[in-house]
Amino acid sequence: MKKLSKLYLALVMLFLYAPIFVLIVFSFNTTKSHTILSGFTFDWYIRLFNNRLIMSSLLNTIIVAVAASVCSTILGTAAAIGINNMKKLPRTVVMNVTNMPIINPEIVTGVSLMLLFVFFAARMHFEFGYVTLILAHITFDVPYVILNIMPKFRQMDPNLYEAAQDLGCGPVSAFFKAVLPEIMPGVVSGFLMAFTFSLDDFVVSYFTSGTTQTLPITIYSMTRRKISPEINALSTIIFIVVVVVIVTKNLIERRNLRRRGVIK
Amino acid sequence: MKRIISMPYLLFSAVFIVVPLLMVAYFAFTDGDGNFTMQYVANVAQYTNIFIRSVWLAAVATVVCIIIAYPVAMILSRIDVSYQSTVLMIVMLPMWMNFLLRTYAWMTILGNNGLINSFLGLFGLGPYRLLNTQGAVILGMVYDYLPFMILPVYNVIVKIDKSIIDAAHDLGCSSFKTVVKIVMPLSLPGVMSGITMVFVPAISTFIISRMLGGGGNLLIGDLIEMQFLGNSYNPNLGAAMSLVLMVIVLLIMVILNQFDDDVDSVLM
Repeated sequence: MKKLSKLYLALVMLFLYAPIFVLIVFSFNTTKSHTILSGFTFDWYIRLFNNRLIMSSLLNTIIVAVAASVCSTILGTAAAIGINNMKKLPRTVVMNVTNMPIINPEIVTGVSLMLLFVFFAARMHFEFGYVTLILAHITFDVPYVILNIMPKFRQMDPNLYEAAQDLGCGPVSAFFKAVLPEIMPGVVSGFLMAFTFSLDDFVVSYFTSGTTQTLPITIYSMTRRKISPEINALSTIIFIVVVVVIVTKNLIERRNLRRRGVIK
Repeated sequence: MKRIISMPYLLFSAVFIVVPLLMVAYFAFTDGDGNFTMQYVANVAQYTNIFIRSVWLAAVATVVCIIIAYPVAMILSRIDVSYQSTVLMIVMLPMWMNFLLRTYAWMTILGNNGLINSFLGLFGLGPYRLLNTQGAVILGMVYDYLPFMILPVYNVIVKIDKSIIDAAHDLGCSSFKTVVKIVMPLSLPGVMSGITMVFVPAISTFIISRMLGGGGNLLIGDLIEMQFLGNSYNPNLGAAMSLVLMVIVLLIMVILNQFDDDVDSVLM
């Protein structure tokens, strides 16, 4: 039974990793073939870095992701504080609205925002681009920030804020000194989640970007034209970044657990 | 702490969540001049076969995901605790790769000149048509969304009180019977959230069907995309389709929630 489950796990891993492995191997291939390895080269990587479109869309992606995740963290933290103090009925209504972008199919969120932006673009004379992209990204980011912070309030002592004020803090400094440190883990994980979702988003961006291309949109248009090893090179780089980030995160978590004596 | 501090968000969510959805409804029920019409909603009926295909392919992909993911979640939950988070990380890692790239990977593998057909060609077989088939679309859905099934199921199974399982063994249940009678019912909430996390993106995708299904396997997502950014620009029809898609998704969520509540009440 032990062996059988190891074998099964290995097979699933093979299924999950084999396609990525194939992408990586053929990123070093001298020809465009995805079947015959004819030699080793870094050409596709050099071409990738000389590809203006890819580099500019990478920059766009980072600009949009940073702006959207910072805005949604501020907006979402403030929102969570307010929602936490609401009465039951308004709270339920607001949380249901907040859940909408999470529950709805991405394409519906994208299309609905496109309709909104088209409506305003015609009347207020602006064009699709950074502004629409960032607003759209905030729309699907904020719910995750709020959902990450809300549980922290439940774990927090509800009297903490009053206690800080009793001890001489003003309302603002009481928040920053007593409340914020308590909810900080939620704020940070909300921010990171928002940032990753923004970096990775294709569907909503696709409908709200106009001519401003983010990296996923560029990747999409590349795959539409034909199979090119430049995409493989890009995949390899993205995969390495993902591995480094996730492994580092995991190592930090393990170290924290070890310190607390949860694991050896 | 004042409620007023959430005002900016309330305003924001009204403008960017509620209003856009109302606009979808408005476009679905009006024509180009803003007059009320049922024409577009009625026109959606012409595409019933595509809606059925989307529901069917997404459902098959979801079932396959459950079948593959459930044993994975169970095996993961039984691994030695100090390795568990590492193995879970390895299983979840591909999910962090952009899904366009993961889907693209299968394009290069399944194509007529792809890896599988070239390999079979060595034995004088094929080439078989693997790409641009329904099977390829299902494969893409399973591959892209499998981690979304593994994670919630694992999260539920790992939290099951071990003493309940021990008690079942003490009372004479075989390992198999314990799984069927104890672990499976207790893990149902995880399976339910897994189903939503796989089915909703699968039924509304237009990337997977376009990249792996060719032109012949259009899904709802493709239809909607074509009405807004494709050749057949028609936001009213697109809005009507989006509305129908939302209704389908909501219905399925309601049905699944029903299940969820039943499970809770049985266990309480």
